[in-house]
Amino acid sequence: MSYREVKGSSASPIVSERGALNPQKSYVSERAAMIPPSGIRKFFDLLLTMNDVISLGVGEPDFNTPWKVSVAGIDSIERGATAYTSNKGLEDLRDLVSLYLISRYGTSYDPQNEIIITGGVSEGLDLAVRTVVDPGDEVLVADPCYVSYSPCVMLAGGVPVPLPCPAEDEFRVTPDALMERITKKTKLVMLNYPNNPTGGVMKREDLEAISDIIVDHDLLLLSDEIYSELTYEGSHVSPASLDSLWERTITLNGFSKAYSMTGWRVGYFCAPPEITSAALKIHQYVMLCAPTMSQYAAIEALKHGEDAKNRMVAEFKMRRNLFVAGLNRIGLPCHLPKGAFYAFPSIESTGLSDVEFAERLLVEKQVAVAPGSAFGPSGIGHIRCAYAVSRDDLGEAVKRIGEFIESL
Amino acid sequence: MDEKNREILKVLESDSRIGHADLGTMLNLSQNEIKKRISAMEKAGVIRKYTAIIDWKKTGEDAVTAVVEVKVSPESEFGYDRIADRIARFPEVKSLRLVTGSYDLQLLVTGKTMQEVSEFVSGQIASLESIRGTVTHIVMKTYKEFGCELQRSEGVERLPYSF
Repeated sequence: MSYREVKGSSASPIVSERGALNPQKSYVSERAAMIPPSGIRKFFDLLLTMNDVISLGVGEPDFNTPWKVSVAGIDSIERGATAYTSNKGLEDLRDLVSLYLISRYGTSYDPQNEIIITGGVSEGLDLAVRTVVDPGDEVLVADPCYVSYSPCVMLAGGVPVPLPCPAEDEFRVTPDALMERITKKTKLVMLNYPNNPTGGVMKREDLEAISDIIVDHDLLLLSDEIYSELTYEGSHVSPASLDSLWERTITLNGFSKAYSMTGWRVGYFCAPPEITSAALKIHQYVMLCAPTMSQYAAIEALKHGEDAKNRMVAEFKMRRNLFVAGLNRIGLPCHLPKGAFYAFPSIESTGLSDVEFAERLLVEKQVAVAPGSAFGPSGIGHIRCAYAVSRDDLGEAVKRIGEFIESL
Repeated sequence: MDEKNREILKVLESDSRIGHADLGTMLNLSQNEIKKRISAMEKAGVIRKYTAIIDWKKTGEDAVTAVVEVKVSPESEFGYDRIADRIARFPEVKSLRLVTGSYDLQLLVTGKTMQEVSEFVSGQIASLESIRGTVTHIVMKTYKEFGCELQRSEGVERLPYSF
């Protein structure tokens, strides 16, 4: 019997008249109430009622966690290693993360006082923002971006300010766009490269071009690099690998995308000691520690996950080439995304808004994509297509999208 | 080996139906280049055959598969090669390997019934000169074949939508 049934049955009323809430007032905090409801909730609900949908709306890999990694998680449960770990996370894991970051990206973080293992980058993001943002501080959020950025800033009392990264700039942050939006209240710049939803990347020269501005205006940088391993042209450049930015940067990364570990909820927060120790105070009270079995699995991923990761990345790159060529062929102009697993074509030539396009495509052709405006104002007129589906499904999706455009 | 050829082979191994045009797009090569490379690898015997992995159990057709271990006395001049070559010619033998360990040749044998398989093994294999003994294991269930898990549906359980 569900809670609702119990509540509604006259035999055993849970809520008495005497205890009822006052319908004239809201008991939800102003802080929670100011978060706007998800704009595409209805769209999501519609999708759940439909059959035979090819969903390009899924923001996670379509690969299972590498089996060795899962076994390490299972082993930890079997041997009873299921208690809390230290707030910072297992020492072995922090050591491996430190080693990985220096050898892979040239970013140096001390495992003792500059790394916290988090419940995924989602927690890291909240930690980072709450650690450095005071009420009234303005936070420049590279736009379009992952849907939680602005709400996280708002929950911390900050003011999110979109920093436009349009298609003509290949979705990068440019010095001009940055300069234009800096005010006396600006405290933090939030970047996510390789980018969700655009697949854009920032090369070394792109980061160098904005580093002086960040330093001159005494700003901090939050760099969410969860898609760093999914970089297809050249190699990922971590902002903290630039000497001028290290002290000002909070680096977030994790295991979800590189090792198909989305549901394990494990990532890491890296920053200079002062910021890290402040973040640790928040982390210890709201999270205590990242899931222990997930931490053991993450150790295995860093030790022996390389082959599985490389296979997955190679597959994503091939799918990207196939899918983007298909989109351009059917008349949806699309930049070649250099990272992540998203294509972000413009649909302006169809005359439809991105929300109309997504809704009609779903209803008429059973293909789900995310309307670009869900990711911020610069996403308007685009759709996000995740190519984390099989090649057969991608081919079929391109065919159906083509038919849909023809029918307009 | 050439890196592009290795990539082509990896893709074909996972999906031999893929067209040259798609393969070219995926690997940043022209359709012609793909065609040239594949046909060279076919000629060189690197690519031997394009085939499908079939779960015959699902067809309802009666079929029995057995793993057969064979002990062989190697011939002084030919070693195992001549006897292996003779065994390989039977169409009932789906695969044949020389292995280390307590026996020498490992066969995968198929037939319509258990009797057919056992008659084949005793009549055609065990009776061959230089065969010192055979052990036949009837396959009860196949879990994985050529990297494909037969008892599990492919894919990952995911929400149809996430950011």
